[in-house]
Amino acid sequence: MTLAQAVDARLRKGIGRGEFFAVIWPSRGQEAVAAGVGAALRRDDRLVTTYRGIHDLVGKGVPLTEILGEIMGKSIGASRGKGGTMHITAPEQGVALTTGIVGAGVPVAVGLALAAKQQGSDRVTAVCFGDGATNTGSFHEGMNLASTWQLPVVFVCQNNLWAEMTPIGDTMNIDQVVDRRLAYAMPGERVDGNDPEAVHRAVTAAVERGRSGGGPTFIEAVTFRFEGHYFGDQQKYLPAEELAAAKEADPIPRYRQKLLDSGALSADELTAIDEDATAQVEAALAEVLAAPAPDLAELDQDVFVNMEGIPS
Amino acid sequence: MTVLAALNAALDEALAEDERVFLLGEDLADPASGVNHVSSGLSTKHGADRVLNTPISEAAIAGAAIGAAIEGRLPVAEIMIMDFIGIAVDQIVNLAAKARFTSAGRTPCPVTIRTASFGGLGSGATHSQSLEAWFMHMPGIKVVVPSTPADAKGLLKAAIFDPDPVLFLETTALYGKRGPVPTGNHVVEFGKADIKRAGSDVTVVTYGRGVYDALDAATALEADGIDVEVLDLRTLVPLDMPAVLESVGRTARAVVAHYAVEFAGPGAEIAAQINTGLFGQLRAPVARVGSRFRPIPAAKDLEAAVYPNADRIAAAVRATVGYSK
Repeated sequence: MTLAQAVDARLRKGIGRGEFFAVIWPSRGQEAVAAGVGAALRRDDRLVTTYRGIHDLVGKGVPLTEILGEIMGKSIGASRGKGGTMHITAPEQGVALTTGIVGAGVPVAVGLALAAKQQGSDRVTAVCFGDGATNTGSFHEGMNLASTWQLPVVFVCQNNLWAEMTPIGDTMNIDQVVDRRLAYAMPGERVDGNDPEAVHRAVTAAVERGRSGGGPTFIEAVTFRFEGHYFGDQQKYLPAEELAAAKEADPIPRYRQKLLDSGALSADELTAIDEDATAQVEAALAEVLAAPAPDLAELDQDVFVNMEGIPS
Repeated sequence: MTVLAALNAALDEALAEDERVFLLGEDLADPASGVNHVSSGLSTKHGADRVLNTPISEAAIAGAAIGAAIEGRLPVAEIMIMDFIGIAVDQIVNLAAKARFTSAGRTPCPVTIRTASFGGLGSGATHSQSLEAWFMHMPGIKVVVPSTPADAKGLLKAAIFDPDPVLFLETTALYGKRGPVPTGNHVVEFGKADIKRAGSDVTVVTYGRGVYDALDAATALEADGIDVEVLDLRTLVPLDMPAVLESVGRTARAVVAHYAVEFAGPGAEIAAQINTGLFGQLRAPVARVGSRFRPIPAAKDLEAAVYPNADRIAAAVRATVGYSK
């Protein structure tokens, strides 16, 4: 959580000051979901996330230089600048895909899980998406197929209550997104997405179900998106009192207090964790800023394996 | 062997050769074996875990195939009729076609999407289209359109084992066409156009169903003393422009024919490249014969009036040969 927050904070600061150029969809407020999901997955478990997925990538263990480098279009980025924030893949850490199209990752996650089953592997695929994605056809087609074929998929709805700039109540006539699983006879639960332990418990149970052949699970993690749809979004659509209430439930100070209250960690230990996160981000950022831009020859690689006869 | 049998043989061989290959799509398993019956007998022979029946969910069919391909499987997804591909276009165009590039080669996606253009059967506006130009326009996916049984088998084998995504476009009206198919592991390399009929006066550049119309036109034009060369592109991406320029360089005249809509269709690109490559050598402007810019009507007479045919190609050839400045 701390590392994800540090990455997000540093990016927003740097872009805001004009220190560097980057295109991001901020995830401030949703760190507990990413932490709970990432910690519940094995390294070889697969993750599919979305354009608002930087915190998910951090949670899955993708090196910060790959993430920041890709976001900033540098040669040391995960895809040498050819992907960008919305298309980060990191196969070594199990990040199979990041999608820029809302809902599109769901059927692909089903295919990743199908392959695991065919290969006799017990690895599980988790797919993260927002509440808005559950209104797409791809979501429903993927949910139905995963259930019909009983595939090891964990569907994680990061319900931040807003689809772009429209509140959830304007786009679906149900009280809880988790109810959508009922149409597919899929087990699942709704959890407090600002409580990393609650998310972790739910995802761990879902992963265990998938790993042992029990099929897919749907988890709705209710959280909030503090910074709007895109970086710089003035959120004119968001009532001030709603944002204030959401910030009262900010997962970061809340979990910090919980750790203090329970005696799990001391204030000094927590401060050390924060400082370590900041130092990691600064070190990665320095490396990324010093790295060269991608070579223009990149444009002639990776469209196809063999570029012969391919238009320029 | 018919085109249908050749396609079936290609799938059968691929399933037998490599455990990574599997098929998925609506109704594919026996006894239904698909609306087109291309997969007839394959689930019985190779097992229901290799030939998967899916719900009517084109986005999920394509998406699941793409996900499995990213994991190193060699899925062959069937979108029953090409008009239905609209539902799966996001998956094909935004994920499959971009997986290699946006990951700088870290997530290859060797998926094959088979689909069929149903045109000519009176099925109407949403069951008859030839939409290959959509996919030619999108970097990252290969586009294959076989015409003969031999090409159907050889190109499908190539598609399944190609390391990149391939849209394999069949033509229902050609399923019954017969021809010899080489025995053994017959593979036709992508990007190699084939001269289906040699000629010296004009080149008809075509593919798929258009090949047969062009051959019929060539036969009819023999009576006029016009010697037509018929060049079958076989793959639209990659596009064998060197072969096109070589042929048209000899004949100095070209007609491009296809069932896709003529306006902004594949022929526009090909004609433009011929003009660029052979300006000054051409004895007439490059002509195009494609479908009229209309939704495909259901009534047989109306449908036939929208599509190209041998007569329209022959007329274009005559106009091209008779052209004088």
